[in-house]
Amino acid sequence: MADEPRSVTRRQFGTVAAAAAAGWALTACGPKRLHDVPKDRLRTLIQQAEREYSDTYGKTVTVSDAGPMPGVLFGYALDISRCIGCRRCVYACVEENNQSRDPQVHWIRVLQMDKEHGVDFRHADPYYDPETVPQEGHFYLPVQCQQCRNAPCVKVCPTGATWQEKDGIVVIDYDWCIGCRCCMAACPYGARQFNWRDPSLPKDDVNPNMHYLGNRPRKRGVVEKCTFCIQRVRAGRYPACVEACPVGARKFGNLLDPDSEIRYIMEHKRVMVLKEELNTMPKFFYFYGT
Amino acid sequence: MVIVRCPPRRALLVLTCLVLPLSPALLACRGGMEVTAADASQAAESRGPAPTHELRVEAPPPPFTDGIFPCSDCHNDTDLPVNPVRRPLVDMHDDIVLKHDEEHRWCLDCHDAKNRDQLHLAGGEAVPFEESYRLCGQCHGEKYRDWRVGVHGRRIGQWNGAKEYLLCVHCHNPHQPKFKALPPQPAPTRPGRSPQQPQAAPAPGGASGGR
Repeated sequence: MADEPRSVTRRQFGTVAAAAAAGWALTACGPKRLHDVPKDRLRTLIQQAEREYSDTYGKTVTVSDAGPMPGVLFGYALDISRCIGCRRCVYACVEENNQSRDPQVHWIRVLQMDKEHGVDFRHADPYYDPETVPQEGHFYLPVQCQQCRNAPCVKVCPTGATWQEKDGIVVIDYDWCIGCRCCMAACPYGARQFNWRDPSLPKDDVNPNMHYLGNRPRKRGVVEKCTFCIQRVRAGRYPACVEACPVGARKFGNLLDPDSEIRYIMEHKRVMVLKEELNTMPKFFYFYGT
Repeated sequence: MVIVRCPPRRALLVLTCLVLPLSPALLACRGGMEVTAADASQAAESRGPAPTHELRVEAPPPPFTDGIFPCSDCHNDTDLPVNPVRRPLVDMHDDIVLKHDEEHRWCLDCHDAKNRDQLHLAGGEAVPFEESYRLCGQCHGEKYRDWRVGVHGRRIGQWNGAKEYLLCVHCHNPHQPKFKALPPQPAPTRPGRSPQQPQAAPAPGGASGGR
């Protein structure tokens, strides 16, 4: 047949093969995503980071590489009937996780909603600022990363810079994030934040207790979000927002432990997730404690 | 509602944690699970036996006004004999406004008339102030149940181990238990403009967009 493609010449084949080999060699020998790096190499990288951060911020910084604990799947529950919208959690999170102060980056956004409309994002106001809260006729719905089991952000990331750990925490490798913000477009909860400008983090305010997948300092042009305070929870502690909440609306624990607080809530309370119809399967639940 | 099933491996771990204090040798049999003995015993502690009536609670001391306790400093038989007649208080404690089923109750329904440094349950059993939750729980049984399992109230500490409870009275004034309104922390800045750094302007938008 006349349209039959021409056979490849020896020279063409050689060129393509050499280019492919060079490409493979470059990517294989170059930097790796943090979850691909061998354990001992990771330790060296982390020690370098510790030295760098300690010099930059003038205090002894420790960067943890604690991995997921076996038999643990983290879950979070928030009591909507109790939250008063005081935003203590928002600022506890900023301090714990070394978010940029200016430009402002918040991982938690508290939405004020009308009791009349129920959970309806068309009537949500994150900028409420009355003298005291709660306000008559309103309830409050704090939203942060929902740590979806079927996470759209992980699916769309073109560089594999975000993934879900074995304990269910969706994390970001800030060195591999190229800032394309596809994940932000994919996230139905608006939970991911972008560093549009150089983050500012005053030396005195730095939390020196860091994790390499969590609250280590970020650069301009990368995305960040809630990690359930990975540096705390992998050491057995509660996330900072849980401890900061003055009304005790925030609950945290191991979904696989039948005796945990979180399991008690799942089994005894009215529990819901946001935007259930999207099949994202969040591990962040909202419940009515009363 | 989502029920998360406990995989067999996890069940084994739970079982192991529970019997761990009895047989440390079991630790060696658990193969690749990297749980230290300390972690495991902590976990066992947190699961422990089901809470009984005599729940031991790690909580800070009750929040007394300075110098008010012990009550028996003033309320003793020589200085101030008990006056069981219900009346408005005028000489002392007149700052206490009771808004807690005040139609039916007054001081001596909770504070004990015989042992002035204690409270008493409806049945007459004296209860120290450190265990005031037992008194609260007599009417607020549902909240008490939630509080014991860690669902009502604030917890500080470890999700898989030792945690500090707060007594009911740390958050709820027993005389006016409704939670007080709080001034909120500052609202987030609106996306788009930041008055502090106008020179870095061309970047569109600020924080994330809507949802």
